[in-house]
Amino acid sequence: MLRDAWLMAGKDLRLEWRSRVVLNQIAPLALLFLVLFAFGLDPDKGLLDKATPGLYWVAVLFCGLLAVQRSFALESTDGNRDALRMSGLEPGGIFLGKFSAIAAQLLALEALLLAGVAILYSARLDGFGLLALTCVVATAAIAAAGTLYGVLAAGLRVRETLLPLLLLPVLAPVLLGSTRAFEAALSGTTTDGWPWVGLIAIFALVYVGAGIAAFGSLMEET
Amino acid sequence: MTTPTEPRRSSIRPSDVVTDATSAPTPSAAAPSVRATSGSRTTRVLGIVLVPALALWAYLALLGSPADVNQGEVVRLLYVHVPIVVIAYAACVLSAVASAVWLWKRTQWWDLVAASAAEIATVMVAATLVVGSIYGKPTWGVFWTWDARLTATAMLMLLLLGYLAVRGIPASVEVRGRRSAIVAMLFIPNIVIVNQSVVWWRSLHQDPTLFRLSLSPSIEGLMLFTLVYSFAVGLLFFVWLLIHRFRVAYLQDQVDAVGLDLALEERREQGWDDGWAPGGAPS
Repeated sequence: MLRDAWLMAGKDLRLEWRSRVVLNQIAPLALLFLVLFAFGLDPDKGLLDKATPGLYWVAVLFCGLLAVQRSFALESTDGNRDALRMSGLEPGGIFLGKFSAIAAQLLALEALLLAGVAILYSARLDGFGLLALTCVVATAAIAAAGTLYGVLAAGLRVRETLLPLLLLPVLAPVLLGSTRAFEAALSGTTTDGWPWVGLIAIFALVYVGAGIAAFGSLMEET
Repeated sequence: MTTPTEPRRSSIRPSDVVTDATSAPTPSAAAPSVRATSGSRTTRVLGIVLVPALALWAYLALLGSPADVNQGEVVRLLYVHVPIVVIAYAACVLSAVASAVWLWKRTQWWDLVAASAAEIATVMVAATLVVGSIYGKPTWGVFWTWDARLTATAMLMLLLLGYLAVRGIPASVEVRGRRSAIVAMLFIPNIVIVNQSVVWWRSLHQDPTLFRLSLSPSIEGLMLFTLVYSFAVGLLFFVWLLIHRFRVAYLQDQVDAVGLDLALEERREQGWDDGWAPGGAPS
């Protein structure tokens, strides 16, 4: 299963390296979100400083949605879905591969966004250990739930509209937890943040487990 | 002139298809012989019982029970709000259990129970939010507050809408059942996590009225009776709604199946008229 996952993740990341869709389209969009938030909330009134953790994670969530959509758009043309089904790869492995590729891209986007809020919102990135670990567990949670609902919506004509409706409410606890953890880290009270990291980790584990178990039967149907 | 396909042409008429489909041995323990109505003997009996029961509920809640010391007349909303919440929870639990059983047994019956319960749950959760907001305005002074239970309920509503969206995608019965059962299963951990994560926020919502640790309810007499009575009537009403909704869902599936058969038959006849017969031999 891990070998299949490795193959799958390698394929997706290679595709990204050659097409550069995430780099050329989603990454600029992530920065655009930051600028738009600044237009929406007047930066001079001090609102941006207070809202930085929330805005950061909302931006990550939207980028994650796009990354998931991109990951399954790759499989939608030229009968790739059938090819994948008949490839003999284990469904659990395919899930883990897609999950890892999305997570890797999302981590890169988060690093970019972190630099963005540090420069544009002049956020002081204290408690870096907590920030980094929150990013890792939240990315795992977003990628796991995203891959699972992504394959559910992938074969459908309504996928663009169905995926956000399914995925965003499900990711609400992740948004809540990671925002609280970031708030704790940025305000220098890191001890308040660790329980939230634990909560997100549980969420991520549940969804990785569910994904490995359910991916096969969700991929079969069209 | 008789050909091997001649009897086949006239063997399936629309009327045959309909009787075939309605008497098909599909698993339907609640609906052993489905006629084209959503009512059954059970629902008629339940309905007859429910009419005076609901009237008594309205009387007790609006006139019979006394006004509250603190809340005044507003307390009467409690007798609507709480039963609706109870129905919503019961429907959610039933939908989740039925989805789990479907994954194990794979029969149409459980699929339809899960779908019917989820639809009722959606309506009742929406009603919970509306009635709760109306109740919140005079008691808390606001229609909405980002309280733990309110937020969790709003998230539940959105998840249920997602479930219904998945349910509404055209697919074969098997695929639709698998897809929606998996989605329903995935929502359960999420509901638990949402509940736990928002519970750590400070809460405006009042503590449980009936089921307290000390086992001494904070209300008594006619008010207590009215509340418990409204639970009972509410659950009865839920059962009545559920049976109706289940039978509508069952009939809908039958209509879809019959429609497909008829369309196939029509095409076959068309092909026949054009000189094409199954197997490629022109007649």
